[in-house]
Formats: sequence, C-alpha cells, structure tokens
Amino acid sequence: MNFDRPKTFLKHALLGLSLLGVAAQASAQTVVEDAWVRATVPGQASTGAFMSVTASADSKLLEVQSPVARIVQIHQSSMKDDVMSMQEVTSVALPAGQPVVMDPSSYHVMLINLVGQVKEGDKVPLTLVVEDGKGVKQSIAVEATARALNAPDHGSMHDHSKMH
Amino acid sequence: MNKLLTRRQVIGGMSVLSLGVLAGCGDSNKLSFKYGKDLSDKIAGRTFKLKDPQGNVKTLSSFRGTMPMVFFGFTQCPAVCPTALARAAQIKKLMGPDGDTLQVIFITVDPERDKPEMLDAYVKAFDPSFVALYGTLEETAATAKEFGVFYEKIPTGDTYTMSHTATSYVYDTRGVLRLGLSHSLSAQQCTEDLLTVMEVC
Repeated sequence: MNFDRPKTFLKHALLGLSLLGVAAQASAQTVVEDAWVRATVPGQASTGAFMSVTASADSKLLEVQSPVARIVQIHQSSMKDDVMSMQEVTSVALPAGQPVVMDPSSYHVMLINLVGQVKEGDKVPLTLVVEDGKGVKQSIAVEATARALNAPDHGSMHDHSKMH
Repeated sequence: MNKLLTRRQVIGGMSVLSLGVLAGCGDSNKLSFKYGKDLSDKIAGRTFKLKDPQGNVKTLSSFRGTMPMVFFGFTQCPAVCPTALARAAQIKKLMGPDGDTLQVIFITVDPERDKPEMLDAYVKAFDPSFVALYGTLEETAATAKEFGVFYEKIPTGDTYTMSHTATSYVYDTRGVLRLGLSHSLSAQQCTEDLLTVMEVC
C-alpha cells in the first residue's frame, strides 16, 4: 500500500519531532491509524468506523466518504446520567500533533444505509477530507478492517490516549 | 376471641410481608452493591408484553427462574449497544457456571427499523443465549416508561439516530428488580454485583 509508507515515515518523524521539526517544514500531513469498522449481521442498516487521526498542523476533519454506505456522517457520542446521546457534527478539530481518537464513546464515523453486509475481516475503504488552517483540503484514503460485531470497543489506541 | 383474631391478622400480615423468607430467599429489601445501583425498592418491568423474533409473546414471568438482565438499544447504534452486549457476553463467561442463570434481554427502542430476523441475528452474534424483544411503537413506549428508560429519535440529515438510557436492569430469579448497572462499569465490576444478586435468591 502506498499509504503505509508516509504513515511509517511520519511515525518516525514524530518520534524525533522536537529535534528535527520535520512536520513543520512539510505541508500539513494527516496520519490515520488503527482504522476499523464494526462488522454487521445481514440486513443491519448501519455501523460505525473508528480510528485515530493525527494531523501535523492544526486542521479539521470535514467529512468521510465510503463506497460501502449511502450516507456517511460524523457523530459524537456523549453520556449524561447514563443516557447515551448521538449528535451529527460538521467537523472535528485536529490539533497539531495530537492524536484524536475516534472511538464509540466520542467522535466516530457512521456508515448509514450500508450497501451490503460488512463481514469480519473485510477491508472497508474510507476517504477522509481534512482541511488545514490555510484552507487547503487534503484527501486521505484509508482501508479500515472490519472487526467482529462483538469486538470490544476499547482497542490499544484507547489506552494509548489515556497517556496524554 | 378478640385476641385470637388479632393474632391471626398479625400472622397473616406477617406472612405476606415475609414471603421472600418463606420461599427460602434472602429477606433483605435492600441490597448493598459495590458498583451498581440497588433498585430493590423499585417496581419496574412487571407488566411489559413484547414479542421475541419468533413471534412468541414474552413477559417478565416468561423468564422466571433465570436472572434477567434487560438492556434497551437499537441495532444501528454504533457505540453503547454493541459495547453493552459484548460486556454482557463477557460477564456471562466471568460468572462461570452461574452464568447459565443470566438471561440477557435486549429490547429495541427502534422497532420501525429493527426487524425480527435481523434483530435476532444481531443479539445472537454476541451470545446464542441472548434474547431480543420488540413491540409496536406504543408497546415500546409503554415498556420504556415502565422502566423509566429515556429514548428519543435524533434526526441526522435524511435519517435518524437515537439517544437512550444505557443502564442494564437486573432481576433476581423470582422476578424482583434488584440492580441497575451503569454503562461505565466494567464486566468484572458487573459480575461482582451480579453474584451478590445470586446470593439473595
């Protein structure tokens, strides 16, 4: 995948970021990691996609596209008094260098009116449209792997996020 | 004569009050849970009448002898529902042999879109023993009201999602509501409290 190379590169670059300032000199780059989609049962109309997104400069995630669903929206979950609420959002802020974890308990991508069943192990193409501070838009193609319907939602990235 | 009657009345009254004791179950009206909320003094779910995906009418008494754990949700729910059902499956395993007593019941708050066959496949993907129930819009509303469960449609573009209470409600094997488990609790924490319910009856 050509996607893997810049991802690996930036990962390494981020490690040495304070010394080299690599991210600063390049145009804004956005890295998507741990992208996954929850598998569905036949006839199930929608599901969620989850990932971690890190932009090298302050940016916004504007939209997500996918051929597997007729409608793709970005939602935010919130919990109050043990009531889980969902809201569609118009964008998600991506502060420079900070991984934004999109998991079931916060922002996530809703794949609505699926064109077919999403089976465990399927590769689901997603395109993220990200706009940097200068208004330059960038499309990032990602392949999200479908995990079992009963997969726990707290992956490794979630634990990682707690460290920040 | 008067005295005797009085005594009879007292005994009669007592036996009603202490049915639990006579049945060999714990006599405590209140339970002390480490993580969940004690709901022993609440009455809920006594009158719901819904259908399982095979079309059989189910009430709380259909699950007598099991420890029902009731959760409200919908299959197009990306977050809290699969997480709660995955947690329930994990709890069942953590409970060991006692897990066979746990009966997970998933009540859809979106009967317009959650059609029986799909609903059944959905809950059984988590554990084959899980049961899904659905009703008409009116039955669903009445059931939620009985449990004090909140739900509402949230329009998003051409479609909608739903907000809903994420609490799991647990009954003892006699059908007495006992425990409310918040969504934030881990499977391990839930299991500890569920074993407390099992000690009662």
